[in-house]
Amino acid sequence: MSSLAIHLLWLLIHLVISIFFFVLKIANVLESYLISSGFLKKYESINVGKLRYLAVVVDSEDALQINKVIKLVQWLADIGVKHVCLYDNEGILKKSKDIILKNLSCVKLFEEGDEQSLRGKKTMSLEFASQSDGKEALAKAANLLLKKHLKLRSLGENQEEKIFTEAHMTEALRAVGSGGPEPDLLLVYGPVRCHLGFPAWRLRYTEIVHMGPLKSLKYGSLLKAIYKFTLG
Amino acid sequence: METESSVTGGYRRRFTGFLRKCMFSVLSMGPVPNHIAFIMDGNRRYAKKRNLQLGEGHRAGFASLMWILGYCYELGVKYVTIYAFSIDNFKRRPNEVQVLMDLMLEKIDELLKEESLVRQYGIQLYFIGNLKLLSDNVREAVERAMEITAKNNKLVLLICVPYTSTDEILHAVEESCQDKLDHSQAVKQTNGSTDHCNQTSQEDHEHDIKVVDIEKRMYMAAAPDLDILIRSSGETRLSNFLLYQSDKCQLYSPAALWPELGLWHFVWAVLSYQRSYSYFEKKRKQL
Repeated sequence: MSSLAIHLLWLLIHLVISIFFFVLKIANVLESYLISSGFLKKYESINVGKLRYLAVVVDSEDALQINKVIKLVQWLADIGVKHVCLYDNEGILKKSKDIILKNLSCVKLFEEGDEQSLRGKKTMSLEFASQSDGKEALAKAANLLLKKHLKLRSLGENQEEKIFTEAHMTEALRAVGSGGPEPDLLLVYGPVRCHLGFPAWRLRYTEIVHMGPLKSLKYGSLLKAIYKFTLG
Repeated sequence: METESSVTGGYRRRFTGFLRKCMFSVLSMGPVPNHIAFIMDGNRRYAKKRNLQLGEGHRAGFASLMWILGYCYELGVKYVTIYAFSIDNFKRRPNEVQVLMDLMLEKIDELLKEESLVRQYGIQLYFIGNLKLLSDNVREAVERAMEITAKNNKLVLLICVPYTSTDEILHAVEESCQDKLDHSQAVKQTNGSTDHCNQTSQEDHEHDIKVVDIEKRMYMAAAPDLDILIRSSGETRLSNFLLYQSDKCQLYSPAALWPELGLWHFVWAVLSYQRSYSYFEKKRKQL
């Protein structure tokens, strides 16, 4: 009997929290509307140059809403972000790469050296990543390092210390096609605050911000997140 | 002779302890996290805010850790991981690094005393990281602490010092390469060297390093999946901590500095975890 009472109390606490989040959501929607209508002046000029590389993590189920993804990326291009990495764990965005790029203007697929070649231009470079660029890429890079180690050993030199360095690991990841810069900011579009397996090697000092589920995508909230980052 | 204020203080402590136990019995009606990690950020800012010496900030941080550890134990959390010292921290001023190392030695000694929480609660201490980078006396103290507490099994406290995720991944990659080399050496010795030439490229791929091989060699393989990662001071970076292990865990960044982190932050973290639980279970099953 008392266990039932405690259980009911637990449910009540969670109900109160859900109501609190619902009210918070309404407040965020209002704020987002105010930002995108230009009522809050401070969001009008954002020093977007501070944001060199932005990553967007989308929950794989949300990633099926391709229209929303296209809208989000176009907004980022319009705001002036130069380099974006789109990630979802299962690779749905990677598979829809062509459709996404076809529907965007002033956006091209990421290539090495984009940071130099796109300077001063309006084009944004877009990279696609999935779990194969995370844990699986680390295994592939490990095999590459092992081959290098064996090669050097066959030459008769003990090169262990020289092969297994962070710089060589970064190089090996690039060689297996999962290189790419470390994002300054990572926006998570999904139900929970979690980076969902974004490549660990690139996540060292990235600021992680939770934006909520993709279905409640709002321009104002996006602008606010980028603005807050540029302040810090 | 107890004074009146210490008697009422004692009653107040017992009452708040009772309330806390009630709160935890309500919380445990839902899923309880098994493994929580903490980035204990904000000790230096706390010292500056209160005009204290640098070491006092870290001492206040240690006291906060003991409280949080107590809450974890009472709720039934089995694994607690803390980011005690990053490899990057070696770049700080030498006297600050020395203060931290001296504090660590002092606290390890304190933790191993009879009346400490470690003994009382049966906490196993496990030091995670590139221990070779520690000075000899600290490393000896660390190894002694692990040996003494090895049989404790109520809660495991994993202390990351000195640690970075990239160092951990690199170390795991190096160890798994060595494992593969040892394995193929053993195979050659049993089969004789003539078979080596007949090895096909398919067999080569079977001997490739896989994700599970690397995961087996991570320092953190000693602990189960991470459920919540909490960073105090409102910073949203992971600062090279558990980057590999946090792919399916709730991140939480309360604005409070680490010495100010309290019971309600802890309760809120657990409630947020309970709200996201079904989502993470679904993700884990999809693997």
